[in-house]
Parts: sequence; structure tokens; C-alpha cells
Amino acid sequence: MRSLLALVVLALPCAAEVAPERAKALEHMVIQDCGSCHGLTLKGGLGRALTVDALAPADAEGLALIILDGVPGTAMPPWRPLLTEEEAMWIAHYLKKD
Amino acid sequence: MKRALKLLALLASPVWASPVWAEVPCCATGDLGLVIERATGTLLVVDRSDRAAVGKVEGLGDLSHASLTYGPDERFAYVFGRDGGLSKVDMLTRKVVARTVQAGNSIGGAISDDGKLVAVSNYEPGGVKVFDADTLALVADVPAAGKTIGLVDVPGRRFAWTVWDTGEVFLGDFSGAEPVITPLGNAGKNPFDAVLTADAHTYLIGLFGEKGVTAFDLWDAAPKPVKFLQDYGKTEDDLPVYKMPHLQGWAFTEGQYVLPAVGAHELLWVDQASLAEVARTPVHGQAVFIIAQPASPFVWVNFATPLNDVVQVIDSRTHQVVKTLTPGKAVLHMEFAPRGAEVWISSRDDNKIVIYDTRTLKVLGEIAADSPSGIFFTARAHRTGL
Ligand code: HEC
Repeated sequence: MRSLLALVVLALPCAAEVAPERAKALEHMVIQDCGSCHGLTLKGGLGRALTVDALAPADAEGLALIILDGVPGTAMPPWRPLLTEEEAMWIAHYLKKD
Repeated sequence: MKRALKLLALLASPVWASPVWAEVPCCATGDLGLVIERATGTLLVVDRSDRAAVGKVEGLGDLSHASLTYGPDERFAYVFGRDGGLSKVDMLTRKVVARTVQAGNSIGGAISDDGKLVAVSNYEPGGVKVFDADTLALVADVPAAGKTIGLVDVPGRRFAWTVWDTGEVFLGDFSGAEPVITPLGNAGKNPFDAVLTADAHTYLIGLFGEKGVTAFDLWDAAPKPVKFLQDYGKTEDDLPVYKMPHLQGWAFTEGQYVLPAVGAHELLWVDQASLAEVARTPVHGQAVFIIAQPASPFVWVNFATPLNDVVQVIDSRTHQVVKTLTPGKAVLHMEFAPRGAEVWISSRDDNKIVIYDTRTLKVLGEIAADSPSGIFFTARAHRTGL
């Protein structure tokens, strides 16, 4: 299972290049749509806090995977139908502010 | 000198006869409302008759996912902010007259039937806190084992609520010197919201962690959980839910409950007496609010992102979609004039409120607003379970 995860992680693009227009839309999406569960300021709601501090122990690849596939059995939905892998990586870095 | 004389004359004449009176802001609040502007943390004061914004209230903190309720004289609004702030707003002066940050993270609230107590439902730390509506002094603190959701007022200075993490349901009686908290039983896995019918008879709880809805008969001396709709959609693969449905406006029409299917783009119609499913309506997306248009057979529905630029109107007799409207980008809420003639719809990403005539479905007007979410008319003051 572990190695499988590692494989999937490797398949994700390392750099997250998105066009500036799209980046603006993604930022809006994080604040508004992710914010409906995680709070507009990302300090938590039904979903946990997504602040820089809260996410410090997690790596961007892992976060991107959670964003794409959700957390089964919880309210965190998979965003793969709406986001590319690059975009999920962009959001992960955006959240971690790297 | 001339000026002074004029002033004297003014002061001497009865105030209602003077032209100054006409400039004094109106003292009646019955056709006013408040709109939450989530990005700026402000409230827009709107006048229903003029279809216009008439003022702004500031100093309310984080208003993402905020809601509010009104005191019985429709003068004061109690605003529940996401950051745990509880603010009391004067509709006439448009000022915050009292404010307390009572928790780290809260989700909504309710006011008791007599208007004396305001209860707030909190995520962090989980529980319900009850405040004096006059002063916002803490009256009772009832901790819970998780995030509390679905807080409603029940007649007789009581409130009911549910815990997301554990499924527990409680009825709190605050009419005596000491609160009496009664556990009613378990609703099921991850209840996401709950609603009370206008006759205060049935407390309905929607479940996210399993299929189904749980009902408690609050007219019964010892209410028990009754589960229904347990098998809808179980055969198909669930669709992702990008926004939790809200049950505040669950519609009750034609002897039916209309419920949002969770994880399916459908409305479910249930017979109120037998709790059996009577019909399904395929709709545009994951339903968020389903609200009955007062004094009509119609219900209006909005949807979760990314399908949230559409509102559909459904006839509760035929269960058919009769109209699909596109009011604007990111429709978050709909509020009806108390007798149903108009509906006000907030479009967050187009920064406006769009007003429709519910008979002709023509747009009657638009009001500019900063990222508007909830719209609340003062007439809510007199409705149970809001
Ligand atoms: C419908 C509610 C909902 C929405 C919308 C939502 N989330 Fe979540 N999210 C959750 C919940 C609930 C969890 C916690 C899951 C758990 O218990 O492990 C979570 C967990 C997460 C985590 C893992 C956090 C951690 O510390 O492990 C990340 C990252 C995340 N969400 C990002 C996002 C992003 C980015 C968006 C928007 C694109 C989003 N979420 C939208 C409900 C939501």
C-alpha cells in the first residue's frame, strides 16, 4: 500500500505551473468553495484548519492527492472532476505558502 | 438670526407636522432585511418595498457562513459569525449595540419563542451556549462531544440540536431556573443539518455519513428517532458533494417533505404521514437550499459549486421542473417576501441581489452587494424553527 502511494505521488507533476488567469480563479475557489467547509479564512469549519501552521507537517504532494481524491468516508470530496493535477499542486503550494 | 427664528418655530410646532420629521429615518422595520456580505464582513440593510439598499452595518468580524435571527419587535438582529462572534444589531441606527466572541468557531443560532434567549451552535469547542437577548450575558453553557449542528427553537423556551461527530440529539429546556437537557437518542452517522416543521411537530435531521433522514416527534412526551429514506440512491455511485446542503428551508408542501438527495442530483419527495418516498425529481446539481414559495405549490432550489449559477422552480403537485433561471454566478441563497410575491436571490460572484416576481418570473430589480450570501427579512422574527 505504501509503495503504491509513493508511485502515485511520483506521478504528480513536481512544479505547479498554471496560467495567471487560472491562478486567480483557483485562489477564488480556495477562499470561497473550500472556504464553505474550511472557513473563508481557512481556520476550520466542518473541515479542519488549512492554515500554514496546520499544514506544516504535510508535504505538498500528499495534500494535492487529498484534494484530488478526497478523504473517503468523510465530507472531503474528490476535486479531480474539476481540477487538473497541476492545479491541485498549485493549490497545495498556495495553502502551504511555499 | 433668521435661521435661529426658523429653528425656534420648528421646535415649537408639533414634530409630526414639521418637514424635519420626513427626513428622520423610518421607525418601522417590518419591510427591512439584512444581507450578509461575506467578503467584507458587513451587513447590507435592505428595504423590501423600495427594493433598495438603505444602509450598511460594520464591525461584525468574519461573516463567512454567517446567519442571523430577529427579536420579536423586529428591531434587533442577532448575527452568528463563523469566528464565534455573536453580535446584536440595531436595524434603526444600523449599529452593533452588543457583541461577544463566545467560541472559536460557530455555525448558527436561534432565538427562543419569547425572544428572551439567544442560543448559538458551536463547532469549536463543540456545544451550545445560551445568552440573554437583552445584554448578551451568558445564561447557560452546554458542552457537546463534537460539532453541534441543526440548532432550532422549540416552543416553551426550548432548543433542540444535534452533534455531527456522534449523532446525538438533545432537547434543552431553558424555561426554569436551571436548564434541563434531555438526550433524545441517536440520529445516525454524521448528521449535517436539521430543521423543525413550522408547527414544531417534527424535527428532521439529514444524514451525511449514511443514507437517510431521521425524524423526532417533538409533540410526543418521549420523542424517539424514526429513520426513513434509508435506501435512496444506494445502488448508484455517489457523486461528490461540493457543498453541504442546508436544511433551514426544507420545503413542506402538499402533504410532503422535499429533501435534497445527498450525493445525487435529485430531490426526494416524502409523504409526511407515512414517511414513504413518493417521487424523485432529477435536478441541475447537488441541491443546497430547497425553499417553498409561500402561498403556492412551488419550491425553489439552488445548487452546489460548480453548478451554482442556476435556480430551478419545481411544482410540488407534478414534481416537475417548471422553470430554470440563471440569476448570476454563485447563487448562495433565496429569500421570499413573507407572502411569496417576490424572491430575492444572492449572486456572490456577480456581487448582486436579483429580485424576481414569482408569478411572472420577471426580474424586478437588482441591488449591488459585496459577495452577498444569506438574505434575511425581518418577518422571520415570527416564524418557529428559523
Ligand atoms: C463539503 C466540505 C468540504 C469542502 C467543500 C472541502 N473540504 Fe477539504 N476537508 C473536509 C473535511 C471534513 C476534511 C477532514 C477529513 C478528515 O477527517 O480526515 C477535509 C480535509 C482536507 C485536507 C486535509 C487536511 C489535513 O490536515 O489532513 C485538505 C488539504 C483539504 N481538505 C483541502 C481542501 C481544498 C483545497 C478544498 C477546495 C478545493 C476543500 N478541501 C474543500 C471537507 C471539505
